[in-house]
Parts: sequence; structure tokens; C-alpha cells
Amino acid sequence: MTVTHEGSHGHGGHGSGSGTKPVDVNDPKLSRFDIVREGARRDDIEIVTYESQFEGRNSKAEKRVVRNISLLFIISGLAALAFVVFFIVWPWKFELGHTLSDYYTPILGITLGISLFALGFAILAWAKKLLPHEVSIQDRHNQPSSDEDRLITGQTMAYLVDELGVQRRPLLKGAIALGMAPLGLAAAAPLIGGLIENPHKGDEPMMYHTGFDPVPQDGKLVHLTREDGSPVRPEDVSVGGQITVFPGIPGGASNKYADSPTLLVHLREQDAAEARAASETDKVNKGFMHGNYVAYSKICTHAGCPASLYEQQTNRLLCPCHQSQFLITDNARPIFGPASRRLPMLPLELDDEGYFVAASDYREAIGPDFWERP
Amino acid sequence: MKRRKLDLAQVPANIGKGADDRYQVATPLRALLNKVFPDHWSFLLGEIALFSFIVLLLSGVFLTLFFDPSMREVTYDGPYTALRGVEMSAAYESSLRLSFEVRGGLFMRQMHHWAALLFMASIVVHMARVFFTGAFRKPREANWTIGIILFLLGFFAGFTGYSLPDDGLSGTGLRIASAIMLSIPVVGTWLSAAVFGGEYPGELIIGRFYIAHVLLIPGGLLALISVHLGLVFKQKHTQWPGPMRTNDNVVGERMFPRYALKQGGFFMAVFGTVALLAGLFQINPIWLFGPYLASAVSSASQPDWYVMFMDGLVRLMPAWQIDFPIGDGYVLPPLFWPAVVGLGALFTLPMLYPTIEARRLKDTKSHHILQRPRDAPERTGVGAMAFTFFMIATISGANDVIADKFHISLNAMTWAGRIGLVILPPLAYVISVRICLGLQQHDREVLAHGVETGIIRRLPDGRFEEVHQPLGPVDEHGHPLPLDYAGWVVPKKMNRVGALGPAIKGFFFPIEKPAEAPVSPAVPPVSGSTREEIISGR
Repeated sequence: MTVTHEGSHGHGGHGSGSGTKPVDVNDPKLSRFDIVREGARRDDIEIVTYESQFEGRNSKAEKRVVRNISLLFIISGLAALAFVVFFIVWPWKFELGHTLSDYYTPILGITLGISLFALGFAILAWAKKLLPHEVSIQDRHNQPSSDEDRLITGQTMAYLVDELGVQRRPLLKGAIALGMAPLGLAAAAPLIGGLIENPHKGDEPMMYHTGFDPVPQDGKLVHLTREDGSPVRPEDVSVGGQITVFPGIPGGASNKYADSPTLLVHLREQDAAEARAASETDKVNKGFMHGNYVAYSKICTHAGCPASLYEQQTNRLLCPCHQSQFLITDNARPIFGPASRRLPMLPLELDDEGYFVAASDYREAIGPDFWERP
Repeated sequence: MKRRKLDLAQVPANIGKGADDRYQVATPLRALLNKVFPDHWSFLLGEIALFSFIVLLLSGVFLTLFFDPSMREVTYDGPYTALRGVEMSAAYESSLRLSFEVRGGLFMRQMHHWAALLFMASIVVHMARVFFTGAFRKPREANWTIGIILFLLGFFAGFTGYSLPDDGLSGTGLRIASAIMLSIPVVGTWLSAAVFGGEYPGELIIGRFYIAHVLLIPGGLLALISVHLGLVFKQKHTQWPGPMRTNDNVVGERMFPRYALKQGGFFMAVFGTVALLAGLFQINPIWLFGPYLASAVSSASQPDWYVMFMDGLVRLMPAWQIDFPIGDGYVLPPLFWPAVVGLGALFTLPMLYPTIEARRLKDTKSHHILQRPRDAPERTGVGAMAFTFFMIATISGANDVIADKFHISLNAMTWAGRIGLVILPPLAYVISVRICLGLQQHDREVLAHGVETGIIRRLPDGRFEEVHQPLGPVDEHGHPLPLDYAGWVVPKKMNRVGALGPAIKGFFFPIEKPAEAPVSPAVPPVSGSTREEIISGR
């Protein structure tokens, strides 16, 4: 079907469809397209161009396009079938090493991808190559409502307010405010009230206490232990080395004590002297080192990641999340990056059997900074 | 009893009659079938977001059937030997099971993750298209705002989503999120305690994130996407300027059959892209990261790309802590500025932009015709500035990886980011404004003098001049009459005005052989008999 219609366009305003004249849709002489165009006209649409992309019906070019599109549909079906077959028969359970199951996910992706792409291109080709080329113009109808309509609607709304008479009845107004506001609060209360937890409750407020606190252990000093719970002796850490230690209490290495992981460093003689000099002049960290050993909280004071990359040569500790760097030999002072606060130091001691214990809990708050930190 | 004969040909008509008797749909349905949509490739960017959202819903429902949102401690006993016997949360264990022991589970998980990345990426590109073409102007300000809220919701959907598997990487993300909450003045610790149900990490967070990820946020997305599309439908799509196109009409194709069919095909292509990505490119291999431990992290801990700008801003922020020496003392940590203020500004400033621009230009008219970016140099400059800022922040989110791979000092990368964040955006503004003005000027030049042909002619007095092909009528001396700029592409090459016509395209190879290229550049191209050789204008 070929319709080209030029002229009588290019004007704005009402009735783009006015380019065509109304017709009687019951006229038996009308073609189906004539009726479609009459429908478009009634929706203020003018079909300017609607022409087949081929010369005549069943042209050679058209047949070839149809063949190609059919081929795409068939490829899509075959690939989908392959997807289902591979889904069922291919070995898929994970096994260690290089096995056929490694190819399971790629095969699913390729077969499904080919199927969907072939289907997509088939549909696109159908729309773009087979369907007639079209230019239609529709009126946007973006004129605001008439002043009269605006007036009527505005007055109707004002009338509603008048009828309720809230303006005339101040008692009602007050009663609504006083009576309804608590109901709003009542609606919000369960959600907010249920969620609220006081972060400073109890004798051991969570922001200031870690698993190294001896008070919940009946005053018994807490061991520094490895991940498996075994305590650490000074000779377990080689010179210049460091290990991550946890409070020696049940679950001490689990996420229940996420604020407790601590880095125990055995400094070299010269660095230790430097670190000791720095800590002795500090009013909090005074006397916290044990010999050449020093322990810092591993939880970064910036965003709470474990500051776990220790550079032995420069005695710097780097947090891999945002690259804050702390100088071990100077009370773990932040020297680069976004962290503004030093890592707290854990006071070290040896118990009677020669294992490391924490002489007390950390004296400074652990982890990311917060508003009410003293 | 006489058997009623079923006339198959009459069935659709009867159904139609029945439906209209009951619901009176014939008229609105006709209007729907006939609705005209303007067409341009750049209008399809938002569709990619819509289609990836559908893929997200489909694959996400599958994942919920196998995922256990619980932080109960269990011991792994699955086929992945490297983690056998390791204590982990049930959430992580079920994610591993989903990846290794559910048929096609890994494929679906990767499809979900890739679709999420594509969703966010297409939102950003779609937003750029809307911004640079001025499609956000009156009457579409509300839809612009909804779009920004959609990005924000997508951001939180993505964050809650990749926190769920409770692997080493996602736990690190959660830890940082808690630190961000803690950095808010006055209410920080209370907020964090409320979200985590006490001390970080507690035992509730995965369950809470789960319900947010599968119900609350998708519900919000679905509702807002419906409003977004409803408004596009009601206000009708904007269109580029062009022949017959005015501010009061829409020139394009009716929705059915061609436009809708193209959309369907495009959906399948997007779906196919996600399937290929999911099958061929591994994403988030959670089994390599191990369960989350507060004491363990690896370097190269990067979030998904759409969170990286925030991570980058956090990395670049200098350690400026503000102390309030009142009572025991109060602290405003430096994390607050990039993470809370920065994120807030990145979302509120774009929301305000339509109002700012309209007020500055005193523009109260409705606009349905798009502008080319060059025709609004200042807006383009502002957009280039914003995107430069976003890009530097995003790159800085991976500055440790860049430093590692290219052997650059990490501290140098941080300083480069800090300086770049201050200097490059204004520079991008200036450069893009200049480029816009240059392009504008060239458009006007071609309209006034015609297309440069590349043919140099020597005049009798010995001067050389280039022959120009006028685009419109010429005066009696052969000089082109100046044309008005219509807001659309000005042809600048002879090919564009038909010097060398494009071949008629076939399916896989051209139906028609392309016109032969001229043998010598001095010989003007000829195809058909209607074109005349360019000769001296005199």
C-alpha cells in the first residue's frame, strides 16, 4: 500500500489531521487503510507518508528480506533449543580443577544471547525493512485548559473548602490540629521507636568498649590470641614482623567483636626506641608498649576498614580502602590520606606464663570517628 | 438441539464488541494505537534502563528462591574445597550454594549483577542526553526530578544488593556505610545503632537489607518508573527540530505497528546483551573473597562503578577534622563532607538546575523542541563540568589499582585527584563553551557561504579561492543568499548534499552498487544525469 501525501502540513496549532477530509466510515468503497486514516484524523493525526519500501508486492528484494528474517527466527529457535539441551545435559556441578563444568555458564550465556539477539534482530528487521516507511504528524494538544475551565475548577475547589467551613469554625481547626497530630505520631512511633537503640546504654557503652575490656571477664586480663584462640608469646612474633590478634574470649575472633582486631608489631630495636620515646611523651599512650612490642587497633579511624598493609621499611600502616597512612613509630599518627585521628594503642603486659595480655581496654574510642567522641 | 456454528472469522469482532460493551474501550484504544512517537537513536537510552530493570526483576525473583537472608553462623560443607570447614553466615553459604550447586544459578546471579550495572549506566547516559538537549525544561521539570530520584533509588538498590551475599568485599562496604552514618553530626551514633540494631555489625542487617532490596526499593522504583513513563506519555515526547516539526506537533511514527515492534526487538537485543555479558564475563566472584571478617580486607576493594565516585571523593578528602571544644568536646569527622554533603549535593544540585536555568534566562515558555548542545553553550559547559567532576571522582575511586598497574606513587595519584577535582571542571567548562561557540560559528559560516568543496580555483588576477557549494538560492552574482539556522544539522560535506549519494542498503550487502568514486579528486563526482559539474560561478 503506497500513500504519499504532500502539502497541507507544516502548520502548528489545532488539527494536524485536518489535512485530510472526514469520510463516512460505513462507505463500502473505502479500503481498510482509508478507515485507519479516518481514525488517525479523529485523533488529530495526519499520515503524511506511508509507503512500502519495495516496488510492488512480492518483489525480489522483499522476498529476500523475508527469507533473511525467517532465517533469524529459526536461528533464534535453534539457539534457544541448544540452551535447553545444554542446560540439561552439560556437566554443571562445580568441581575443583579444570573441568567441563567450567564452560557451563559461558555456554548458557552464548546460546541464550544468540537466541535473544537473533529474535531481537528479526523483530527489528521486520519493523525496519518490511513495514512501510511512515511519517505522521500529531497535534501535541499542549494548550492549557481554557480560562473558563480553569475558573470553574478553581471555584469548585474553593467551594469544597467553603463547604467544609474550616475557616469559619476555628474550634474545629484547633481540634483537628490537637486531636490529629498525636495520631500521626502514633503512626510513626512503632517504626521509629522499634528501631531506636541507645548507643550509649549500659555500663559498657558500645562505642568505647572492645573485647579486651577486663570488666566483663570478672577483672581477669584478656589474652591476645590468634584467630584460632591460642595465646601469643613475645617470641612468636619475629623482629620487624606483625600479626593480627583478637581478644582471648569466646567468639573473640568473630564479627561479634568487630571492633577488637588488633595489630601486634615487633619493632626493630631502633624503631622501638623511637616509638617508645614518642609514646612516653604522650599522655594517653604512656607505658603501653612492652619492650619492643606495640599493639594498635586494626580498625581504621577513618571508615573502619582493617588498616592491614604494613610497610616494614617505613613503619607505615596503610588502609587499603581509602589509603590513609599511619606512622607506627609515632603513636600511629595519620600522615597521609583522609584519616584525621590516630589509631588507638592497646596497653600490653605479660601474664605469669609469659603470654601477652591487655593491661586494660583501649583508652580511646575504636574505629570511625563520631560526633560525641570526647 | 441445534448446534451453534462457530465462525472463526467472527471471533475477534465478537470479542471486541463484548469488550466495548463492558469497558467502552474502542475510542481510547484507537488513540493508543495511533499515538505518534518521534524517533531518534538518543531517545532509546532510557529504554535500555527500562529493559534492564525488567531483566533485574525477572532474574531477581529467581535469586530469592535460593537466598537465605540470615546471619546465622554455619560451617561450609559444599563442593568448593577452598572454603570447606570455614565458619560463615547462612547468607554467604546460600550465595555460594546458588553459585555452585543450583543449576544455572551462577548464570542468573551474573545476569542480575550485569543488568544492575547496565541499569545504572543507561540511567546516567539517558540523563546526560536529557540534560545536554534541554529536554528537562518546562513542562518536564517534574520528570527530570523523578529521574534523579530513580538514580538515587538505583544507587541504594545496588548497594543493598551487593551487601547481601555477606562476602569479604560486601562486608567492607557495609563497614564504610556504618562509618558514613557515624560521621553525621549529633545523630550519627543513633542512626548507625538504629540501622544495625545496636553495635556494628550485629545480626539484623542482612535481613533488613534484604527486605529493602527485594520489596521497599523495587516498589519505589516500580512506582516512580510508572509515573516517569506516564508523564512521557501524557506530555508526549520531545523532538528534534526539522522539516514540518513545530513546538505544537509530534512528527514520527504511530505507536503500532512499527514503533512498538522496534521497541520489542530492542528489548530482546538488550536482554541478549545482558545474557552474553553474564555468560562470558565473570562478575563479583564472591567465593574468592571469603566470608566477611572485620579483620580482613584485600587491596583493590572497589565498589560497583556507580558508587566509585563517592569512594573517590572520600579518598581525596583531606584530613580536615573540625573540633568543637564544648564540654567533653565534639567532633565533625572529615568523612562527613564527601560522603554525606557530597552525595547530597550531587543529587540536589541537578534537581535545582531546571529552575536555575529558567530563572536566569527568564524563560517561562513550554519547550517541546530539543536544542543541540552547541546552541546552549553555557548549559553544555555546566554539564561538561559536572561530568568531569564525576569522572575524576570515579577514577580516584580506583586510584590504588591505577597506582599499582602503572607503577605510579599512590600519594601522587591522590594529589593528582585532589588538584584535578578543583582545576579540571572549570577548565572543562571553558573548553566546551569555546567548542560550542566555534561549532555555532561554523554552522553560520556554511549557511552564509555554502559547503566547502575542497576545489581551489585561480582567478584571472592570480588570486586563489575555494569554490563553495551554496545550500540555497543565489543572487544574480552567484553569491549564496544567507540562510537562517534552523537548530538542526547543517550539511558541511559535499556528500551530505548529494554529491556522492549513499548506496541503498540491503540486508547483508547493498541491493544497489554504490556510485563509483571519482578517479581524480579534481573530477567532481557524478551519479546520474541530474547533477551538474561544479564550474566557475561566473
